[in-house]
Amino acid sequence: MNLTINGQAIEIDADPDMPLLWALRDIVGILGPKFGCGIAACGACTVLVGGTPVRSCSLPVGLVEGAVTTIEGLVKGGVLSPVQQAWLDEQVPQCGYCQSGQIMSAHALLEEIADPTNEEIDDAMGGNMCRCGTYPRIRAAIKKAAALKLAGK
Amino acid sequence: MTMSRLRKITRRVFLIGAATVAGGVAVGYWYVTRPYANPLEEGLAEDEATFNPYVKIGSDNTITVIAPRAEMGQGISTTLAAFVAEELDVPLELLTVEHGPASSAYYNEIMMEESAPFPWWDDGVLASLARGAFGTVATVLGIQATGGSTSTRDGFDRMRQAGAAARHMLVEAAAKRLGVSASELRTKNATVVHDASGRSLTYGEVALDAAKVKPPSTLRLKDRADWKLLGKPQKRVDMLAKVTGAPIFGVDVLLPDMLFGTVKMNPVYWQKPRSADLSKAEAVKGVVKIVPLETTYGHGFGVIAENTWAAFRAAELIEADWGTPDYPADTAAVDKVLSDAIASGAATAMRDDGNVNAAFADAPQDRVIEADYSVPFLAHTCMEPQCATALFKDGRLEIWAPAQLPTLVEYLSGAAIGVEMKDVTTHTTSMGGSFGRREVDATIYAAIMAKAVEGRPVKAIWTREEDVRHDTFRPAARGRLRARLGEDGLPTALDIRVAVPSIFANMMRRTFPSISPLGADVTVTQALRDQPYAIPNYRVSGIETDLGVPVGFWRSVGASFNCFFHECFLDEIAQQGGFDPIELRRRLMKDFPAALAVVDKVAEMARWGEKLPQGTAKGFAFSLCFGSWVGEVVQVKDTPAGIRIEKVWIAADVGTAIDPGIIEAQLTSGAVYGLSAAMGQEITLSGGQVEQSNFHDFDAMRINQCPDFEVAILENHHKMGGVGESGTPCAIAALANAVSALKGERIRALPISKDLAFA
Repeated sequence: MNLTINGQAIEIDADPDMPLLWALRDIVGILGPKFGCGIAACGACTVLVGGTPVRSCSLPVGLVEGAVTTIEGLVKGGVLSPVQQAWLDEQVPQCGYCQSGQIMSAHALLEEIADPTNEEIDDAMGGNMCRCGTYPRIRAAIKKAAALKLAGK
Repeated sequence: MTMSRLRKITRRVFLIGAATVAGGVAVGYWYVTRPYANPLEEGLAEDEATFNPYVKIGSDNTITVIAPRAEMGQGISTTLAAFVAEELDVPLELLTVEHGPASSAYYNEIMMEESAPFPWWDDGVLASLARGAFGTVATVLGIQATGGSTSTRDGFDRMRQAGAAARHMLVEAAAKRLGVSASELRTKNATVVHDASGRSLTYGEVALDAAKVKPPSTLRLKDRADWKLLGKPQKRVDMLAKVTGAPIFGVDVLLPDMLFGTVKMNPVYWQKPRSADLSKAEAVKGVVKIVPLETTYGHGFGVIAENTWAAFRAAELIEADWGTPDYPADTAAVDKVLSDAIASGAATAMRDDGNVNAAFADAPQDRVIEADYSVPFLAHTCMEPQCATALFKDGRLEIWAPAQLPTLVEYLSGAAIGVEMKDVTTHTTSMGGSFGRREVDATIYAAIMAKAVEGRPVKAIWTREEDVRHDTFRPAARGRLRARLGEDGLPTALDIRVAVPSIFANMMRRTFPSISPLGADVTVTQALRDQPYAIPNYRVSGIETDLGVPVGFWRSVGASFNCFFHECFLDEIAQQGGFDPIELRRRLMKDFPAALAVVDKVAEMARWGEKLPQGTAKGFAFSLCFGSWVGEVVQVKDTPAGIRIEKVWIAADVGTAIDPGIIEAQLTSGAVYGLSAAMGQEITLSGGQVEQSNFHDFDAMRINQCPDFEVAILENHHKMGGVGESGTPCAIAALANAVSALKGERIRALPISKDLAFA
């Protein structure tokens, strides 16, 4: 089957029932999305399909409709996206394992709501678990990223 | 090891002890150069030089620092690199930081020292001697380990010395090259500068010569006032990788010709399956081989496949008669064993001040209070499930894994397939959390699987279900606490019994089943026998109670339950005695200024004592653990959706704060970890098997439940404390005390969600 991943057309030879996560990781070799639970309960595998955040561990690759964006696709011309830059500035990650998923969810949030309230942040990010408890810095980084985007950076 | 050998080494350690002199601290360099060979000597490039096990410099001025502790999110690679960078006079961003090879040269001395059963404030001769002797065992046994909140303290002297020694040698070599005296030279940004002539040489330019310079016999380390990096928040060296999704974790290992796998272990612990039918599993498309795993950790099957998904599906289709448990099979049975042990089990008193029996013998009934507290088993649920990659080829074993105990990994994984430790190589990856979970099981299983497909690497990732069910759990525990109050309301006697499995004994069963552990397990009464409270009659007894279930080190270990027992019971004493909870602590800890300062600070930050709106309450807890003195206040609020944790204030005295940014992150992280557990986590058994399996039934705090945090870092105590675990115990106890205050009913069993909902 044919997929568009991070702007590139890629042909994949996989069982259509295989979750997108494992097709990306084991077949394509894109390792940014992480395996955390396999039941869409932790968000570590979050990628964008057609701009919408989805849990790739529970989406059969055969059902993917739309371009897939993983965290590897956020860096444009060697420049970090505003969300990534804010994550770096606020020194958000600890172990870092959940952060690809956190960043993808935050990216999607800010595409939809330019300047989210705390409640909107909680709603959008509640599906992304972080066992290191980086939530306070995630909140700060999302606000910073919103400001960076609004300033056109 | 014989005692005479141990004594001899102990004496040597003492002989080279640090001596303070004006203008810095002079220390013997023996510390970093002995007793092990420098593992970096092997595998050096032609134009690369190594100065000690921590520093490598290439002719192109590439400076590599080995940070030999596992990066599990605690920022240790940054802090250890900063130690070297400070003394080497190099900005952090010019360094390449690597974990380095598994080697006994990177033994963890502090971790062993803290296994000695003496309280943290005890600087007495006996306590110091015992700490020294235990640390020496680590040196001799050569255990490279990350844990016990020890890494920063362990690296503080050694790695600064490593940087200072390398700098000394570089300057000497530059002086010779320039034909000037070393005293005319200064260093800056990895360059040796001769101001008088305006000439300079980069470290790289003199590295090969410098490595031949004799290391100095004594070194002078910088005074704190001269620190450029230490004591200030640094940009973490692992951040860019972590915001770009770089493949740095155990699950991200990709090797040519690699196979993928997973495991399906017997959910009845320790037993071999009675029978198994693998036919359906073997029929799954992509499955290469299913191999039995028969290990000291457990029995089951390793599934090797062309992709992870095929391995997962096949593992699910394994059918087996797993047998019946030979240990308490359900939660009621576990409770009964612990209750029986509390009532009548053989206890070891680990603190026994005054005469507790006499104090209670004549106590009037209305002056005595007693309560039982209990906590459940807990899983760690690191975000990255257990995993390891192994390659068996030409009689050698190569491992890539998030390993917390790399030297042990090499020994035991090799032994599992008949390969000697010298023929095992380990590459330690970053780990997606650990919290004490990363033991040796994942690598042993991967090694066995790799041997079955000799010549091809196998990356085995556990499903979350296997990760939850085959954890090395935080043990279930029970405490019985009894106090006699004096006329003034203060306790004149406190008697505490705690019944809990011995983590060390249980770990020995998994790792070295032929060796019996010696002596009382210090984790049983951790943060209970050694708290800075003066009570005339004060006894703390541990009752090691085997429950059969695998138990291990969970963030803050014994303190995770003992602080809850102790601090919540102190609130009961305060209530009975008519004291404000904080005032009671202040009275009891009046001889410990570091403790008082922490309590006063957090009370001030939280505006303790100010009137709160209706439906809002605060709870307090104190703990001295892992060398840090910590006080926390948790504020909760009743809402229609349940209890909302609004805010947490933390004050911690860490002695010396190396990186305040990382310390703040660690204390907050530890508190969130504790709050998650106290709110809603428990592992229960049925038929000897764990009932929970994934985040739907073993959840953790999410961002929408996360309170605001305010953290203060104090530096009053004269010894450095650890921070990776110190934030956890008080969060649990302070939340329970807050909810008790809110509801007017004591919380004595966790998780709180058994009775009350959280918003």
